[in-house]
Amino acid sequence: MKKVYANANEALDGVLKDGMLIASGGFGLCGIPELLLAAIRDAGTKDLTFASNNAGVDDFGIGILLQTKQVKKMISSYVGENAEFMRQYLSGELELEFTPQGTLAERMRAGGSGIPGFYTKTGVGTVIAEGKDVKNWNGQDYILEEGIFADLAIVKAWKADETGNLIFRKTARNFNPPAAMCGKICVVEVEEIVPTGSLDPDHIHLPGIYVHRIIQGDHENRIEQRTTRPRPDGATRKSEEA
Amino acid sequence: MAWDRNQMAARAALELEDGMYVNLGIGIPTLVANYVGDKDITLQSENGMLGMGPFPYEGEEDADLINAGKQTITEMDRTAYFDSATSFGMIRGGKIAAAILGAMEVAENGDLANWMIPGKLVKGMGGAMDLVAGVGRVIVVMDHANKHGESKVLKECTLPLTGKGVVDRIITNLGVLDVVEGGLRIVECAEGVTEEELRAATDATLV
Repeated sequence: MKKVYANANEALDGVLKDGMLIASGGFGLCGIPELLLAAIRDAGTKDLTFASNNAGVDDFGIGILLQTKQVKKMISSYVGENAEFMRQYLSGELELEFTPQGTLAERMRAGGSGIPGFYTKTGVGTVIAEGKDVKNWNGQDYILEEGIFADLAIVKAWKADETGNLIFRKTARNFNPPAAMCGKICVVEVEEIVPTGSLDPDHIHLPGIYVHRIIQGDHENRIEQRTTRPRPDGATRKSEEA
Repeated sequence: MAWDRNQMAARAALELEDGMYVNLGIGIPTLVANYVGDKDITLQSENGMLGMGPFPYEGEEDADLINAGKQTITEMDRTAYFDSATSFGMIRGGKIAAAILGAMEVAENGDLANWMIPGKLVKGMGGAMDLVAGVGRVIVVMDHANKHGESKVLKECTLPLTGKGVVDRIITNLGVLDVVEGGLRIVECAEGVTEEELRAATDATLV
């Protein structure tokens, strides 16, 4: 059971195929598998469908694969902040399946848990419900949503041991665990691979059973919106937008 | 006379009770956090955090610590992190007591539209559809009229919906309205606004 690979290119060797469905972790630019995305760009794999909450920005995240026209379709909840995305979408080059954020997370979790469909009240009475089966329980309508079964999951974690047990850091966890779960193959990039046995088993966020390949690398960890407050008296809460 | 952004936020903060877990949307709702006073409120950020703290001091920003608006924030003693499926499990499961959100349109039956304008750039619904479907109470904070001076409080929404019959209370610069059987009920008028003025500015049925 060798899970540790030297770099992103090697970790994706033999895994990438034109037209595949890839589930990606990350929220905005936080916790995105930036090294694996760069390797997919270098590999030139085409006609990709991405299940990913966002589409990155023009020059980072999935945005770099939009620039090279490697993406055919996005399954996302929010795609602002990306001009190239909008250009390709409006010109009809790129398909988009809007999925409410919680439904997207649950579709990944369900796919990874052997659940092909589930009913949710999210989106009832909206365009999201069009063409979907509706069931009523106790007077409340629910719509049928389908689990996502991805060909590949790409994930960013903070630490891994050599067996793939993962620990995430702060809000960089986000979609990474559900994305990891729903991939037939899951490749993970981390900031540090630690020796097996050095992580507290009670503190593992995602067990290594979901993880097939791991790489360690240097991350840019770009900040999308840097917001701060004045240093002197931190007493009052200042949440006004920047 | 009417309420300004901060007065609307302060009024919305009165909706929050000690011990509540609350989700605040982007814009005026974000300002509500400034007015909770001594109340013990835990803020949820749907990207995977309970116990959201204020913006960091300059130089202490952490790329791994952001809110749902992708802004850098801080953690608190009570903070807990979790993945997106768990986050929306607590939202959909009704564990979050209230969400305070902005809106483009609200209708008298509680329909809410706040995610897209057909023909314009569509960015997506993000977590808004899940929030309005799942949380205990949905409070909308918005200007009473749009840029053209037309009422945003309508008999029927014209824009694609975020949720059907989901809004409980509307707080605008002109006052506070509740969604009730048959239409909207005036709860209070903003300072310096008469009931006649509020009625005249509102397209929806007032009961």
